[in-house]
Amino acid sequence: MSKAILNVSDLRVTFDVPKPGAWPWTPPRKLHAVGGMSFDVMEGECLGLVGESGSGKSTAARAIIGLAPISGGSVKFEGQELAGLAGGQRRKLGSEIQMVFQDPLAALNPRMTVGDIIAEPLVTHDSSLSRKEVRKRVQAMMERVGLLPNLVNRYPHEFSGGQCQRIGIARALIVKPRLLICDEPVSALDVSVQAQVVNLLKELQRDLGLSMIFIAHDLSVVKHISDRIAVMYLGKMMEEAPSSELVSNPAHPYTRALISAVPVPDPKLEKTRPRMVIEGELPSPLSPPSGCVFRTRCPMAQESCAREVPAKEHIGSQHEVACPFHARSAEAMPLAV
Amino acid sequence: MTLLQVNDLKVKFRTGDGIVNAVNGVSFSVNEGETLAIVGESGSGKSQTAFAAMGLLARNGAAEGEALYKGKNLLTMRPSELNKIRSREIAMIFQDPMTSLNPYMRISDQMAEVLTLHEGMSKKEAVAEAARMLDAVRIPDAKARVTMYPHEFSGGMRQRIMIAMALLCRPKLLIADEPTTALDVTVQAQIMDLFGDIRRDFGTGVILITHDLGVVAGFCDRTLVMYGGQVMEQATTSDLFERPTHPYTKGLLKAVPRFDREEEVLQTIAGEPPDMSRLPAGCPFSPRCSIVKERCWTDRPVLQKEIGHCRACHADLQEVA
Repeated sequence: MSKAILNVSDLRVTFDVPKPGAWPWTPPRKLHAVGGMSFDVMEGECLGLVGESGSGKSTAARAIIGLAPISGGSVKFEGQELAGLAGGQRRKLGSEIQMVFQDPLAALNPRMTVGDIIAEPLVTHDSSLSRKEVRKRVQAMMERVGLLPNLVNRYPHEFSGGQCQRIGIARALIVKPRLLICDEPVSALDVSVQAQVVNLLKELQRDLGLSMIFIAHDLSVVKHISDRIAVMYLGKMMEEAPSSELVSNPAHPYTRALISAVPVPDPKLEKTRPRMVIEGELPSPLSPPSGCVFRTRCPMAQESCAREVPAKEHIGSQHEVACPFHARSAEAMPLAV
Repeated sequence: MTLLQVNDLKVKFRTGDGIVNAVNGVSFSVNEGETLAIVGESGSGKSQTAFAAMGLLARNGAAEGEALYKGKNLLTMRPSELNKIRSREIAMIFQDPMTSLNPYMRISDQMAEVLTLHEGMSKKEAVAEAARMLDAVRIPDAKARVTMYPHEFSGGMRQRIMIAMALLCRPKLLIADEPTTALDVTVQAQIMDLFGDIRRDFGTGVILITHDLGVVAGFCDRTLVMYGGQVMEQATTSDLFERPTHPYTKGLLKAVPRFDREEEVLQTIAGEPPDMSRLPAGCPFSPRCSIVKERCWTDRPVLQKEIGHCRACHADLQEVA
């Protein structure tokens, strides 16, 4: 594996939440959306982030791209620190890191033509380009993502969800970024269209040598597109491993529960495989459990889990897990797949 | 015994852009205690089929055909008659638990309303029954929480409340329209388990409308695949997944990424779902079909029974396989 393009260490994102009915001068409560996350993204690699809603995966991505405040820790892009960077300098990096958003239609300005939408980042970051050159590049990019270049003067509402997502991808890639962050890019799409967009992203990543962070709650999609997967729960990293390793040999009880909950489109397998339904729901991030954040729903929880925050442990060449009892998880929580 | 028999159901909407044919001749039946899945992409008419049967179409919509519940046509019924069947005999669970509950009413009041109206219970009895039902769908501390407002519950809990509300009058048939789409997989697993228990304990027939083939595989006896407002294929779930006989079903099954398999490239169905106001004259799937023939463009295939499957396709079985 080549060198890392992005180093994230102990990233924290905290939001102030005023207490209901409190005086304006009483200090607000702190909501720890991301509570100390560390990971690297290698050059040309796709890192998948999975977790339930509220696990902080989108917030982490938004912090990297500068849409959420970094409250602690460091985010280094090619060795340059992003936390605390002034507006002008931060903006220069905009052409290096780009993002594709979840809701394809909501992410596009309804009053701009598709051509203007895709051209905007290009014009912003390189004002020296002539109009003709911009138009040429926009049409080339549209063709690259599978849109007809003669649709350049249409408006977003004239396109379907899958096509809108292609416009979003074209807009992100027109400035030739090094790192692309995709925040649930296919969860709003139908199955048959979802496969088209997943294939397109995979193909673009390979051809352009892009590094990618792919966020989704659907483990099957993430596994398909990512080289490595990081599993998040309540703002913390639970497990990190190469995709096939994570699916075939999950060590953390939460990862095992997550895999068990994903329905497989195979009636025979689905009726026979053991299922472990974890009870309850995600605790409030305003008052996270002490010690291990997963302990309130963990079927293997011990007394000691409430006291100590589990440290990350290496259990393979690239396999890290934050659970002291991971060795027993396979026995306690059997999986068929 | 057949609970619901739908014959040649058509749903049309008058819009500013002309008439939209959302459902074009759908027929199926559901037996007592059976679970039927209706699968399709957005715009395939799966929800409108259910809405039409329940008399819940938008004002610009009109339904034709028959939806027979125990021999009586639901489509021609007067609202007062329909109200006796709705919720008492057939209940519906809607997709979005966030917007289907009234935010201004306590859970106790919303749930008691059904019971005082349909069963003639007193308010006190009704609230007690509501609390019992919340307990049955495993809401912890149900007695105390029954007086809370919807915003005080999480998404999964709200979906449980919707299910409890639908079950209050012990309906014979439950129509669930994408009940887990808005939920996380771990919560989805909890809710599907709950559905399984309900089916076992109450013997309720269930129509599950969904786009998630994984959920269908684990839960449903029979599956109906819809596309462009028509039934493409219908078979027992195990049969359909093992031997799909329609090119659309086949494509759909292959397009789903599976975490228990290694695939380099996902197979896709080329093109986009059809525009329902401008459907092709022949088979609605013909513009995207890989084995499309001359007559597919002009001739709409009818649903026919072949080797246990019902399928609407001009191609031979060998060509699809």
